[in-house]
Amino acid sequence: MAYSDTARAAFAAEIEGIRDKGLFKDKRFIWSPQDAEIEVEFPEGAAREKVLNFCANNYLGLSSHPDVLSAAHGALDARGYGMSSVRFICGTQDIHRELQDRVSEFLGMEDTLLFPSCMDANAGVFEAVLDKEDVTIADRLIHASLVDGIRLCSAEYDTFKHMDMKHLKKKLELHADKRHKLVVTDGVFSMDGDLAPLDEMCDLCDEYGAMILVDDSHASGFIGKKGRGTHEHFDVMDRVDLITTTFGKALGGASGGCVSGRRELVELCRQKARPYLFSNSLSPVIVGATIEVIDLLSRTTERRDKLEENTKRFRARITEAGLNVREGETPIVPVMLYNAKLANDMARDMYAEGIYVIGFFFPVVPAGQARIRVQLSAAHEPDQIDRCVEAFRKVGEKHGILGLDKAGIIEKYGT
Amino acid sequence: MDEIKESVLEYVKDEYVEDEDEDVTYETKLISSGLVDSFSMVSLKAFLEKRYSISLPDSEATPEAFDTVNSIAELVKKHTG
Repeated sequence: MAYSDTARAAFAAEIEGIRDKGLFKDKRFIWSPQDAEIEVEFPEGAAREKVLNFCANNYLGLSSHPDVLSAAHGALDARGYGMSSVRFICGTQDIHRELQDRVSEFLGMEDTLLFPSCMDANAGVFEAVLDKEDVTIADRLIHASLVDGIRLCSAEYDTFKHMDMKHLKKKLELHADKRHKLVVTDGVFSMDGDLAPLDEMCDLCDEYGAMILVDDSHASGFIGKKGRGTHEHFDVMDRVDLITTTFGKALGGASGGCVSGRRELVELCRQKARPYLFSNSLSPVIVGATIEVIDLLSRTTERRDKLEENTKRFRARITEAGLNVREGETPIVPVMLYNAKLANDMARDMYAEGIYVIGFFFPVVPAGQARIRVQLSAAHEPDQIDRCVEAFRKVGEKHGILGLDKAGIIEKYGT
Repeated sequence: MDEIKESVLEYVKDEYVEDEDEDVTYETKLISSGLVDSFSMVSLKAFLEKRYSISLPDSEATPEAFDTVNSIAELVKKHTG
């Protein structure tokens, strides 16, 4: 037997090592559709609890929206369930082309190519566009999928301190001799909720002849007055060269992603990006539903406006309650705790209060930066937000951190 | 050796330290503490290769070898002879 007892023991020991470091991910089961209120089985086998969900990427509350469901059913009936093919053999329907055109129009880009996920888009785009004579210069807190994509590509790579424009400038000077320079950033950083200063970044790119790629997965659909993304927010819609984004968050929440940008760059992805070439076509169900999402968001900004109101309400009230939150304006609100055990303990206590949130700590966030990440949604009602704040106040009081700043929390709990 | 250590420490502080209160010494754990992540480590390698005109093979430019200024200086010394 190839899978020997020795091999089994070695793998089991590795799993125990993950557990010993406190990094083991427990199973959690949701027995309801994704929404503001969900029914959760946690830990596995425990009685199901109805809790308010503040940890989904369901920013616009479209995951279970009736119009989106109806469009998914319509596409299922009209175009079938799956394509059983990659895109370039026999996996492209008229609706795949339609969605690409609609996304290009929505994001204000020249062309768009669908991928099975934004993870795949990020894994493929760099290798397709760049070569060993080129360089990528990335913010140090970019998403892991961008890091993987950059590592898969033969171009040299470098990094700059998170959102530090002086450091980026220094790196652009350092790599001035490279053929193509591509600056890489998240539009909204998933763990901090920070908005990358795309106006300043585009200015620097112009000055040094560099291109810019923005992963707008945590922005598409709701950042900017029309929800087009971070490039709309900073009024640089015509200056960003590449956007990668997902349909798995605000834009319906199922799965799928894309590369959108300059025509030639997207065409190179179509010809060369391996996750596009060697992975199945997006299901017609997702394609049809995502077209409806784009339609809905193009008709009205009602949902992103409600999300903005919810975000303002939560940020104001959680600060009033005495929690230490990272300032910002996005619906990603990190409640800073600095200590991993404290983050874990408080998340568990929040669950007992009927609020589903998760603690994050190193290596998911930098060491000493443990936090509970709260994500607002347009699906939340004001009273649900107030219940979340009240639970934080109660749990924060239990742990004695209300009113404490960073130094105070670290003095009490360490990092 | 002291010159190498001083030069590497200065680079590490300038390139990686964001919190001015953070005290970095020759023995401060850089990678295992999370101060420098493996993705950002590449600029340190590029700096060493350019500054000391050496080529560090990937098999030696490991997170362990890059974990303190002292261990980095040892690695550089080995390659500069």
